[in-house]
Amino acid sequence: MSALQELDGEYRRARRDRGFTSELRELMETYAGRPTPLFFARRLTHKHRGARILLKREDLAHTGAHKINNCLGQALLARRMGKKRIIAETGAGQHGVAVATVASLFGFACTVYMGEEDIIRQAPNVARMRLLNAEVVAVNAGSRTLKDATNQAIRDWVTNVESTHYIIGSVVGPHPYPLLVRDFQAIIGRETRAQVQRRFKQLPDAVVACVGGGSNAIGMFHRFIADTSVRLVGVESAGKGLHTHLHAATLKKGSPGVLHGSLSYLLQDRHGQVRPTHSVAAGLDYPGVGPEHSFLKDNGRVQYETATDAAALRAFVELTETEGIIPALESSFALAYAGKLAPQLQASALIVVNLSGRGDKDLANPQVQQAVEQAAHQRRKNAASGTR
Amino acid sequence: MNVIAQTLARCADNKRKALLPFLTAGYPDEKTFLRLLEDFGDAGADLVEIGIPFSDPLADGPVIQQASQHALEHGMTVARTLGLLRSLNGTYPAPRILMSYYNPVRAYGLQRFVDHAQSAGVSGLIVPDLIWEEGAEVERVCRDNGIDLIYLLARTSSPQRRRQIIRKSRGFVYLVSVTGVTGAKTSFSPSILNWIRRVKQESTLPVCVGFGITTPAQAQQVSRVADGVIVGSAIIDLIRHTGDPGRAVGRVRDFLRQIRKGIDHD
Repeated sequence: MSALQELDGEYRRARRDRGFTSELRELMETYAGRPTPLFFARRLTHKHRGARILLKREDLAHTGAHKINNCLGQALLARRMGKKRIIAETGAGQHGVAVATVASLFGFACTVYMGEEDIIRQAPNVARMRLLNAEVVAVNAGSRTLKDATNQAIRDWVTNVESTHYIIGSVVGPHPYPLLVRDFQAIIGRETRAQVQRRFKQLPDAVVACVGGGSNAIGMFHRFIADTSVRLVGVESAGKGLHTHLHAATLKKGSPGVLHGSLSYLLQDRHGQVRPTHSVAAGLDYPGVGPEHSFLKDNGRVQYETATDAAALRAFVELTETEGIIPALESSFALAYAGKLAPQLQASALIVVNLSGRGDKDLANPQVQQAVEQAAHQRRKNAASGTR
Repeated sequence: MNVIAQTLARCADNKRKALLPFLTAGYPDEKTFLRLLEDFGDAGADLVEIGIPFSDPLADGPVIQQASQHALEHGMTVARTLGLLRSLNGTYPAPRILMSYYNPVRAYGLQRFVDHAQSAGVSGLIVPDLIWEEGAEVERVCRDNGIDLIYLLARTSSPQRRRQIIRKSRGFVYLVSVTGVTGAKTSFSPSILNWIRRVKQESTLPVCVGFGITTPAQAQQVSRVADGVIVGSAIIDLIRHTGDPGRAVGRVRDFLRQIRKGIDHD
């Protein structure tokens, strides 16, 4: 608790400190590669015959996802607090890679906790973290995924709190984490809003982002909250279907509960035990969700939908085929929903999808390999029938 | 005066240091759990702490994590824990303190939980993930039902925070002697002992120390300054390593008697 108070105080001071904000801005531009582009996906739009689909290219940020935005901010805070070591949890490995990256940049020692199951399905990111000199610790407790990695990171933090800062990767955990992670990610929505207005002289009609813990979504939505004409859609993982227990649709199917120091929607059984979750995307495989998303669900400002693993895998292949962009599996859930939404809107409408990360990390996943095989098979079939 | 305060006051009158052993409810199985609990009186326990298993025990090290997971896999719930405690009622000598993370309590219903705990003979409640800033409602419900809400006090707490926690605690002040989770190996350095002394000076309540006390020698060291010692992971670890539940009761009794000897030094 004392460490949270220290972090809260430091963040409040830093926010008002010109030195801090200008250093962060410079790192965002020269190191993370911001602003990231907004891309009009013509062929994808044509395929779905509806609203124009725009992609916010967070996959082009350094380390391949939006996670770097938060890590640069928190690394600066860690340095201000005189910490020598940073730790983190990771699911998909994108946050772990971003943390290991800023650790190299600032010269911190670094330990990343990762569920055993995720270490297998996100192998390329494990190799990247190790190359970046981070210690990757396999967590074999519980469901061996993101939730358990978070538990272990919190236990490390309370043990080594004097020397160590814990960089939480999403808008979850105890205060001030949901607040400061949102603030560091809000640059996504600020850039997007300006880019859409500059190019199209209007606001988007809909903005779509995937939700696990919810950091890319809240970062995208935050600047649009007051623009009530803009429909905001968060897409959770329906896994193998909402009728099964094999999903991670916390806002859709959960109930209020306390996990990792915040009260929010939670997937739990009637005894208050946290339920195991499932998603093909490791980064969405989490039974909780950021408390601000719970608020935005309850007040109706954001609409929360779901997409299944199968739909996300189709969207993953589809974007690669139509636009030459390999999306992260996590972002593919947002793409899957956008593909459904586009034909329901007029051709003049604009949908922005937050392409929160790139998908190279997912190529070792057997379900992805299977989807890629199926797509290749389909193309061969189409080509054969075309020549007849 | 709640029975916890009475018991600790009686210990103090007799110049006796209190021994508070911990068990995870339903571990290693319901029958052995009850036998262990019933035997604690003979083994020299003054109060007992029973942990309700939770899927995500953030304040616990690997030993209690595994025991919790084992108990959950064998169907342990809040309701069954309370049922087991009810079956002790009447004859059981030592005050019972329940430990539960907040979410199972919340799911059961706070008022209902405290009502049922009270009728199951529970005198105290520890919620390790409840901070005092969020504790007003739990405090009120516990107070109305005559249950002591015991807060954890960590070494990293500032002096102001320390005083708040002392002020809010009922029954006794629970000092977390390690910076970390339960079961961590630690040596009780002079600075820790000084910290315990300082808390004792600031508190009108007795002061009990837990987290990381695994040997009679450590218990002895701590008991020179504290009013009581809480031993958890070491007991659970002993049960696990004994394997045969039939032999666990005797082994735990022997271990607790050694701890008792350690703290009955003067």
